[in-house]
Parts: sequence; C-alpha cells; structure tokens
Amino acid sequence: MDWTALWLSLRLAGWTVLFLLPVAVVMGRFLAYRQFRAKGLIEALVMLPLVLPPTVFGFYLLVAFGRGSVVGDLWQTLFGHQLVFSFEGLVVASIIFNLPFAIQPAQRGFEAIPTEVREAASCCGMSPWRSLWKVELPLAWPGLMTAMVLTFAHTLGEFGIVLMVGGSIPGETKTIAISIYDRVQGFDDRGAAIMSGVLVSISLFTIAVTFWLSSRVGRRLG
Amino acid sequence: MALEVMARAAAPIPLDVAFRVEPGELLALVGHSGSGKTTLLRTIAGLWRPEVARVTVDGTAWLDTAAGVSLPSHRRRVGIVFQNYALFPHMTAAQNVMAAMGTPEAGEAERLLELVNLIGLSDRKPAQLSGGQQQRVAVARALARRPKTLLLDEPFSAVDRVTREKLYGEIIALRAHLKMPVVLVTHDVNEAQLLADRMVVISAGQVVREGTTAQVMADPAALRAMGIREVAAMLPATVVEHLPDGLTRLDAPTGPLFLPTVEGVPGTRVRVRIMAHDVILSRARPEGLSAQNIIAGTVVRTVPGGGPGMMVHVAVGDHEILARITRRAAEQLGLHPGDTVHAILKSMSVARDHVARARNDDTSAPQAATPVPDAVSPVR
Repeated sequence: MDWTALWLSLRLAGWTVLFLLPVAVVMGRFLAYRQFRAKGLIEALVMLPLVLPPTVFGFYLLVAFGRGSVVGDLWQTLFGHQLVFSFEGLVVASIIFNLPFAIQPAQRGFEAIPTEVREAASCCGMSPWRSLWKVELPLAWPGLMTAMVLTFAHTLGEFGIVLMVGGSIPGETKTIAISIYDRVQGFDDRGAAIMSGVLVSISLFTIAVTFWLSSRVGRRLG
Repeated sequence: MALEVMARAAAPIPLDVAFRVEPGELLALVGHSGSGKTTLLRTIAGLWRPEVARVTVDGTAWLDTAAGVSLPSHRRRVGIVFQNYALFPHMTAAQNVMAAMGTPEAGEAERLLELVNLIGLSDRKPAQLSGGQQQRVAVARALARRPKTLLLDEPFSAVDRVTREKLYGEIIALRAHLKMPVVLVTHDVNEAQLLADRMVVISAGQVVREGTTAQVMADPAALRAMGIREVAAMLPATVVEHLPDGLTRLDAPTGPLFLPTVEGVPGTRVRVRIMAHDVILSRARPEGLSAQNIIAGTVVRTVPGGGPGMMVHVAVGDHEILARITRRAAEQLGLHPGDTVHAILKSMSVARDHVARARNDDTSAPQAATPVPDAVSPVR
C-alpha cells in the first residue's frame, strides 16, 4: 500500500476543490444569469477538457507551463523551481482539467433559482453580495456540492494528464492512480488490488455523503 | 410622498406612459398581457430600465435617464409583491419577512404577519403554506422594508376564487395602515374596480384613459381597451340582513338590492359591481318578473358602441347604472336622455367576487344606519 501516493492524491484533490469552488461560483453564476453572444463559445471552451484525449490535453499543458514558456519562466523566477513535474504544477493542471466538472453543475445550480427570487432579494434591499450569501448560495448549494464531489473524485482518478504534466516523482507528483499502474507493471497484483479497493471505498463514501447531504438540503427546502 | 413615473421605450414593447400616484392612493394599471403594465412596475422597482424614463418618489429621483441617475433596486425603498410571490424557499415565513429588514427584528416580523392575518404559521416554509398564505407572507415582506411605494404585480392571479375574495377584503382593510402610494397591476377589471381609487388603462404601451374608477368605467375608449364585456357600474351598499332563503338584503343608493349571500354582519359596507350586460331595461315598471331587483332611474345618455351594441347610462340618485343593450332595442324603446326607465337585475347574475368590503373611510358608501325605504321594494 503506497500511503504516500494516497496522501498526495487526497491533497491534490483537496487543493483543487478549494481553488475551484470560488471559480465555480463566479463562472457558474455568470453563465447562468447572463445572456450574451459569446456565451456558447465560453461554454464550449469550458467543456473542452471533457472531450480532449488526456494525453493531448496534458501535452498542451506541458508546452504551456514548461521551460521556455511564459508561465513556466515566470514561475521559475518567482519560486525558484519549475512548474511542470512539481506538485504545484499538478494542482494547476488539475484545476484546468476539472473546469467542466466544477462549472457545469454550479451553473445548473444557479440556473435553478427563479429569476423573480433573485429580483425579490434585490427588492428586499439586499446588495448583490448579501443576496449571494443569503439567497443564492443556499439555493444553489446542491449544484455546488455536486460540482465539488465530481471534482474531488475526478482528481483522484485522473491518470493521463497527471502523468504528462507531473511525471511520476514519489512524494511530489506520483498519485495513487499512477502508483496502481506502477504496481500492475511490476506484477504486484495484490498491492494494486488493495489500493484500488481503497480508492473504491473513498469514492463510495464521498458519494454516500453527498446523497445524504443533498437529501437533507432537499428536506430543508421542502 | 407622491410617486411620479414617466417611461418611454421602443423595445421590448413600445412604451410611452406617464402617471402620478398620491400618498395613500391605490392606482390600478389595467391592461391586457403585453400592454406594458408589468414593464412599468419593473421600471419603478429598478428591475428594468427603459431608454427614457423618470421615476421620482417624494421628490427624490430613483431613475432619471436625462440626468444619468439610476439607483439599483436594492437602493430603492420599494416593496413589491410578485405574481408568484417569489418567496425565499429556504426561509420560514418569519425569516422571509426579516430578510427585507435592515436589522432583522423577530418582533416586528411577527407584528407584520399578524397585520396580514397570518398567525401561528411564522415557522413554516413557503412550501408548507397555501397560495393565499404565501401571498400574505409576500405582502408582509414587502411592507417590512418600510417602502416608500408599494407595488403589487397581479397579486391575486395565482389563487382560487374563494381565496381571492378573502384577500381582496384583507387588502382593503390593510389600506388603513398604508400611507405610501400603491400601484396595482392587473388585467382583471373587476379587481381594479373593487380595489382601486384611480385607474390608468394601458393598451400597446400607451395610456388610453386615466381617471377615477367611475370616470374610467364610463369611458367607451377605455372600455374597448379593456374588453367591452367587462363594463360595469359600481354601487356602494350596506348589508341590512341575511334572509332565511339564502339572499342578503343590501341597502344601496338605488334602493334595496337582493343578492346571494354577501358575507358580513348587518352594517358592513360593501361595493357591488353590476355588469352592464346583465342589466335589462324596461320602459314600464314590469310585473310578474322573476328578477328580484328593479330600479327606477333616468336615462342620462346613450353611447353607441362600434358594433350592434349601445351603452345606456341610467342615473339613480347620485349614482349611475350602466346597461349594455342593442341599438335595435334602444330604438324600439325610443330611449332618450331624460326618459324614465326601470333597470332590471337578476340576483343570481351578481357574481360573489363582484362584491367586496368597502374601506372604512369610503365616503361614497351610505351610512350603516340608513333605513330601507319600503316604497321601492322590489317585486317578490
């Protein structure tokens, strides 16, 4: 059992969720409420990671963040090490390839709020900020929770992009999914089975918690 | 504290309207769907901005496109009741009301809910309340903001008829507490006539007629915009007694009226809508008729309509009854201004929701103690 890899995967998923939550709120809300000409284009761009082969996507990220790239060189100057093949680089890649999993459900969550309810909040004297806290977030909560759970689960399981951008450095970029692959390659079927089992348990537990929470929310709203 | 509104726009519907509402006055914006009345309400609330518009409350501009002034809706002290109430589904009734207060006070929320006759249900979520109860919460929430103007957007359209009648009475009673201008948007002429002091009839974004309810209801152009079948006269009346056969005897300036059970103890003042197409005219006082209400009056004028119909205004004391008859009938009867006619009204033709409790300060209603003159007793 590769505890280091499991802990690394959980940290990666945790950081990704943490960074994507505000992004999902801002982007989901924007796409849900506004009607504009380029909306279809933005939605398509957000969906892109869903349809691109992970290796292709990973390759482009590698090019965009690697040595000689604007982002990569800036990171090198700021933090003294390169962005690719590091945990931070993995987090950045993870945030980008999880965009559809976070934004889509969040957008659906905000779209489910009737327009008049938002207008009522405004007419009740609530500033946009207060309306977000008091009315919109509580009502869009099921969508946001789905977004976070999908992101978390998807990060744990992502393989291709992680391998391309992170390599497989133990303790730095070797996630549990890659570790399982390594065990299988090394004919350690037992180790692979145990780790796969652990991943399945974590996924089931997450989904169970989500269902339980959303049923509670459902009752609260009912 | 008056509310002044001017709005001009080319889209989504052409709009060119201006009106003014005095403090404590209830103005009804009447028109068909798509006439622009809801757009006007949204303009006042700050939910919509026409190309050229001015909204001032109490002399302060909330919106003035010429001067570049436009307060966002959360900065306008406005109370609005939406058509579907738009309550916050995750909050209780009391929390909904408190959500509209700067500093939430549970006691004040309770007081407002009592004011709208919602007692003991403050811990319920909107989904656990009936349509009528939800409407009451929406009214309490609109008032919680201490609004400088109260806007009602078709607030009775989502409830059944029985509830609607009850809510009419409650809104009328509530008006004693309202010092601000009130704007009611409705497509229901009955509702406007029962509740409003003044009416603005809107058609295709233009004001067709503006005036007191009585003035508007007697204007052919306004009537056409509202649909001619809706024409009705409004009579103030007082409940005298409930008869054992299920009829209620009312005292109106036109003499006694017998109508199907009208709620209220003797002495209750009501307004009765008499639809013009339900009134039959007769030269001679008819006998042997089943109709319970025969009212003698004088023809004031006859107004021909666009088709075969004609509107006859019959004065009875200080009030007018409207009768919509055919031109042919008017010719056969030889009706001319000054002629004496008898207006005949079936008791059963006055729908129950065409009777509403009058406001206490409704000076047009007769005094409760007025004895019923026996001389004009209707045919039994």
